[in-house]
Amino acid sequence: MNFWIIQGLNGLAFGSLLFILASGFSLIFGLMRIVNLSHGAYFMLGAYVGLSAIGAGVNFWVAILLGGAAISILGALIERFILRRLTGQPLAQVLVTLGIAFIIADACVWIWTGDPRPVPMPSELTGAFRVANLAFPIYRLFVIGVAFVLAIALWFLLERSRLGAMIRAGVDDLTMARAMGIRTSLLFSVVFCLGSALAGAGGVLAGPILSVYPGLDTDMLPLALVVVILGGVGSLLGAFVGSLIIGFIYSYGQALFPDLAYVILFLPMVLVLTLRPTGLFGRQAI
Amino acid sequence: MMRSGALISAAMAALLGCGLSAEAADNGPLKVGFMTVRSGALAAGGRQMEEGLQLCIDEHHGEMAGRKIQVITADTAGQPAVTKTKAQELVERDGAQVLIGPLAAFEALAIDDYIRQTKTPIISPSAAAEDLTQRKPNPWFVRAVGTSAQAHHPLGEYAAKELKYKKIAIIADDFAFGHEIAAGFQRTFEQNGGKIVQKLWSPLNTAEYGTYITQIDPGVDAVFAAFAGGNGIKFLGEYKNYGMQKPVLGAMTTVDEGILKRMGDEALGVISSGWYSAATDTPTNKKFVEAVRKAYGADPGYYTVGAYMACQFLNNALEQVKGDTSNKEAFIKALRNVNITDSPYGPVKIDQYGQPILDITIRKVEKKDGRLQNVVLKTYPAVSQFWTYGAEDFLKSPVYSRDWTPTK
Repeated sequence: MNFWIIQGLNGLAFGSLLFILASGFSLIFGLMRIVNLSHGAYFMLGAYVGLSAIGAGVNFWVAILLGGAAISILGALIERFILRRLTGQPLAQVLVTLGIAFIIADACVWIWTGDPRPVPMPSELTGAFRVANLAFPIYRLFVIGVAFVLAIALWFLLERSRLGAMIRAGVDDLTMARAMGIRTSLLFSVVFCLGSALAGAGGVLAGPILSVYPGLDTDMLPLALVVVILGGVGSLLGAFVGSLIIGFIYSYGQALFPDLAYVILFLPMVLVLTLRPTGLFGRQAI
Repeated sequence: MMRSGALISAAMAALLGCGLSAEAADNGPLKVGFMTVRSGALAAGGRQMEEGLQLCIDEHHGEMAGRKIQVITADTAGQPAVTKTKAQELVERDGAQVLIGPLAAFEALAIDDYIRQTKTPIISPSAAAEDLTQRKPNPWFVRAVGTSAQAHHPLGEYAAKELKYKKIAIIADDFAFGHEIAAGFQRTFEQNGGKIVQKLWSPLNTAEYGTYITQIDPGVDAVFAAFAGGNGIKFLGEYKNYGMQKPVLGAMTTVDEGILKRMGDEALGVISSGWYSAATDTPTNKKFVEAVRKAYGADPGYYTVGAYMACQFLNNALEQVKGDTSNKEAFIKALRNVNITDSPYGPVKIDQYGQPILDITIRKVEKKDGRLQNVVLKTYPAVSQFWTYGAEDFLKSPVYSRDWTPTK
């Protein structure tokens, strides 16, 4: 019984991290039809920015905001000056984002050396929470909480605000949305900024668990892809459910079938692609 | 058409010239091809290697046995295919007469054939794969570090005999280095009455260790954690946050000085073993550590000392041949005959497979002088890669692997 509870919590915590990473990726993918291959690099760069901020004496919570802000500015610049010039050329956009990912990764090695570094966690969240003979890190419980709050906030933004209505219209049918007078270029900028900010802040938040090291970007990017393919492109609910499913598969799967540790995350993706190519919650592409 | 023909013949002449004028070149500088990693995930180790090598070259004022040393550096990016190209460039284009590098074992394996073909002496400053000096020895290869299991045979014995542990769980990186370390540890631990009750193999790029930590059998006396790169940081940090109380034994690289400087209190008390500790209290090592700290502001670890010693091996061999490398056979023979009585490692000799016999220390992470250090608890002098088993017996059994179990 303990096994199922503790691995369930592990899965929930990892799924929460994945949601914070994948929600921005999914929004960008869904609205702009850009597979942003630099999303993992944004995540890593955010973590590094947070690390430096903390090193300079900044409070952990402020560091999360700083990481998010820095990456959203970077994202805005990249969207405005590079991606927008390539509108309508999906292949060129994908390649450009891949190139940017490489540049960011090597810039990080250059600036922060290549040493792997732990991001210190706020002292009030260190240690383990104990019930009966179970122990679970307080910080992970906190991460789970953050992911749920974020999910609710994003849901309100998308489903209850005017901006959200515009984004949903854009995801469903971009041409029609434009014809209705929605300024899609502005919308693109806003969504790309928001997605980047989520990646950057998520990197800082994940830092105490994952630590920061060269290669964090390429470790995380495939996970975001898996979540989005599983959940469905551009669907917030899809990203949420997809993250949790992947989180659970990761923890239970690695514990129960250790020999499948490498492929286990990708098996559900193959199944979904075969049986339901639009993902669990994705709509039919028009 | 004429032009390209002329170019080719000029190139041919140049190539032939290289071979013919070997003797003349001996009065010139010795060209050392140095393969490091400056980009990608292994860049931190690469930088430390460069620092170690530079320190040694500076110590000799760029000259060994009367010959100027010219280092030509190449970045392999830690990718075997690139490593091969770079090795060819260094040897064929730049005329390197000896190679130092590369960083990772799979890189070393990628150029193994090329080294044999071109008969280029190569000194490995870090690749620990057992079979490079065991079942598939390359006559042109000399290693300046221990093999994966060399430092961990003693630790297994120490855990059983001196720490009196009976049951241990192993968690290790799921690749050759982790497998070899785990098997070496298991062999001596079980031989001395201990029992490995659990083995967890986590992929090298495991995102988070919570899943593994929570699987550890609560009945064990200790956990042996064998990690490379930055995984030790991740694992130890999470281990503490999961409220785990069992003592941790570490592989040399789990708490290597290169990453120990980034760790916090979670590393305190970890007992590990290695062929080097920056805290070793000998005048030679103190001088070395001070020089590294002065130049680079951190304690030397695995890669720094590995590259430094590779360069000292080169110096020792050059002294034996009095700086004359025109006879390659004599030069590699000297390299495989390196005998250094005093070094940061302690005394070093090379066995007939090209593998150093080294003093192995058992170390414990403690806070000293305001920083974490691997304080030496015990020294096992002159440890061979074959431990006490003897080369012949040792080589009869298959190489240490994931599924290795001790034969009864």
